[in-house]
Amino acid sequence: MSRLDQINVGDILPEKHHTATEVSLFLYNAAIWNPHRIHYDAPYTSDVEKHPAIVIDGPLQGDWLAQCVTDWLGADGQLVTFSYANRRAAYLGETLTATGEVIAKDKATRTVEVRLGIRNETGEIIAPGSAKLKFE
Amino acid sequence: MTKSIISEKAKSAIGQSQPPITVEVSRREIQKYSLATQQSQQKYLDGDEAPPMFLFGLLRPLTPINELGPDGIARDASLPDLPLKRVMAGGTEMIWSRPIRPGDVLTATKTLSGMEEKQGKTGPLILLHYELDVVDADSCLVVKERSTRICR
Repeated sequence: MSRLDQINVGDILPEKHHTATEVSLFLYNAAIWNPHRIHYDAPYTSDVEKHPAIVIDGPLQGDWLAQCVTDWLGADGQLVTFSYANRRAAYLGETLTATGEVIAKDKATRTVEVRLGIRNETGEIIAPGSAKLKFE
Repeated sequence: MTKSIISEKAKSAIGQSQPPITVEVSRREIQKYSLATQQSQQKYLDGDEAPPMFLFGLLRPLTPINELGPDGIARDASLPDLPLKRVMAGGTEMIWSRPIRPGDVLTATKTLSGMEEKQGKTGPLILLHYELDVVDADSCLVVKERSTRICR
């Protein structure tokens, strides 16, 4: 039985928890060459841009959604489309959870669609996303 | 229909592309990104293939430090002159033909594809729609990205 045969609409992808730290945010922003001070300068972030704490990058949450789906896919196929949007900010100290669910499967084209979401500690989806995968 | 708050000059930017940028992808740059984002797959950690969101950092402008604003951000050439100055990221959609790998020489062209005016809960909004085409050295499409920015 192929991997695709074992996948059903409604399947839940393994959740992964992400707790950013000063060090992980520093390394991420250095790696993407992002000097925006709200990601490493706490006094500036609260005094000038009026955030309660250091801001977790929106695209980093996008990466966590991509990891959720590509880790699940593994070597069984290719990512065809990936989308996400940041709806609400998240701050250093929060643990965010990347979630996913299979919402469609097309055996003819060997594609699967997945709904994704970053959930904060209050249970709110702060970054919805989606992906389409093509299985081998 | 209320009067548009977008100037004719700003509207004339629709359909315009920024000068293409060409980047060479190194294994080490993929590895740094993969470690910083705590990837779990070995192909990403070894830099054999780039995670999808690696693209975001790859194409960020390399601005000299003395040209950065007091917030640390570089001025953005892709932003038309609009009356609403607070800019936030909206959604992003990527359509992949193949993954990015070390040694790829990629050329990216970003086009402002549209503008929309909306009335938000706290006032007017302008949505800017962009299209980004990323091709390899053989001019084959690697990824197409559609993104939106929200000005309020």
